Amino acid sequence: MDNVNLKRHISGQFNSELEGIRNHVLLMGGLVEKQLGDAITAISTMDVSLAEDVLKNDRKVNTYEVAIDEECTRIIAKRQPAAGDLRLIFAISKTVTDLERIGDSAKMLAKVALEKKSSNQGGLLVSLENLGRQCVTMLHDVLDCFARMDVDSAFDVHRTDNLIDAQYESLMRELMTYMMEDPRAIPSIMEVMWAARALERVGDRAQNIAEYVIYFIKGKDIRHLDDEEIAQLR
Amino acid sequence: MINLEPTDAATQDQVLDLANLTDEQTAFSIEDLDLFYGDKQALKGVSMRIPKGQVTAFIGPSGCGKSTLLRCMNRMNDLIDNCNITGEIKLEQQNIFDRNVDVATLRRRVGMVFQRPNPFPKSIYENVVYGLRLQGVKDRRVLDKAVEESLRGAALWDEVKDRLHDNALGLSGGQQQRLVIARAIAIEPEVLLLDEPTSALDPISTLVIEELITELKNKFTVVIVTHNMQQAARVSDNTAFMYMGELIEYSDTNTLFTTPAKKQTEDYITGRYG
Repeated sequence: MDNVNLKRHISGQFNSELEGIRNHVLLMGGLVEKQLGDAITAISTMDVSLAEDVLKNDRKVNTYEVAIDEECTRIIAKRQPAAGDLRLIFAISKTVTDLERIGDSAKMLAKVALEKKSSNQGGLLVSLENLGRQCVTMLHDVLDCFARMDVDSAFDVHRTDNLIDAQYESLMRELMTYMMEDPRAIPSIMEVMWAARALERVGDRAQNIAEYVIYFIKGKDIRHLDDEEIAQLR
Repeated sequence: MINLEPTDAATQDQVLDLANLTDEQTAFSIEDLDLFYGDKQALKGVSMRIPKGQVTAFIGPSGCGKSTLLRCMNRMNDLIDNCNITGEIKLEQQNIFDRNVDVATLRRRVGMVFQRPNPFPKSIYENVVYGLRLQGVKDRRVLDKAVEESLRGAALWDEVKDRLHDNALGLSGGQQQRLVIARAIAIEPEVLLLDEPTSALDPISTLVIEELITELKNKFTVVIVTHNMQQAARVSDNTAFMYMGELIEYSDTNTLFTTPAKKQTEDYITGRYG
């Protein structure tokens, strides 16, 4: 964290406020990562109690979001942060929004795990789990970038969303084939499809977080730019 | 690209390319200015162009040379004995340090307001018309008109219109500072220099003055030195950060306060040890 000099404010109080809020984001990130991992495990192992845990813990994720946003508001009101500090507060506030939505996706996956009565889509679940693990890895990596405020890895993580998108596309094709082969399975395949869709969105949100890290460190907004334009900014 | 209606006053103005201002856009053009108080160098090779019709703020720690630079612009430093200046400051393409420049004329074109309000121990009316009387204006109607316009311009008219002949020292600090601004604008200068104009005022008077500054730029070029960074962020179009006599960074205020280019600037505006 030395690369962004968070601790060098003349006001020690401000230093500890920023340090505190950053730690809370990391705690929230850790919780969301666990929620997502658990939800995916619950689907693949049909673990009902694990799925119920995920549903229960979503409340904690929501509490974190509200509390961290409150801290951001308080810091803006009291400290009038400028430049890098201001960008950090904005990045944090937007990051927790995306983390909370990833938490919602985990909750949605947990519901799918609970509702799946028959599991005759063994093969499908393996593909879904693969996609899910990739999302968890991406989320883990982006939180790592956030913790270290490492702009280079943020650019790398930003690109990995392409892999998730590709994997999502191929899973969709796979699901189509199953549907055509066995129309009676459509309702349960739809469930898998929703789950896959939720995971694809998790990738997008993790990508957003990488964008906030880049915005904080470089002061450049890379949202909605194409790969070539982003490469020029590196 | 969608063009959003700007919601923030500062973005409604055109953002100028400060490094490449044309002569028409420039009020002051400062070139390679060095200033020494005896052996001590207070300004080191300062070069910048201050745009017309905008508010430009100087920020920086105490002793960084920002007030010194401001004072150069109407040659207030002439009054200091061992002060040596090299380089030039051009006002409308004319170097203000040239021998043939009359200082009184220069100061009429470039008015100044100081940190502490300094009204003369005279009536409000006489304070405002002081400069005009010096210029030999005697016509009562001209003076009356100037008093009303200047006091309106300084957002003070409504508060004092019924007691124009009361002593100015009876006004509150904030009112006195607005009176001093009215006195400065009564002679219709081109530029108004404000040296920490609100540092002796309460927060509400400060806001009134800040509001006034944004009004003033419709008619004048405003250059302000302030210790209050949020004030610079609120009122100015452009901000210059100075440190140890050098101009470190000069850019439009929005950029300087969100994504400063230099680490020194960032450390200063975010309150870090330099």
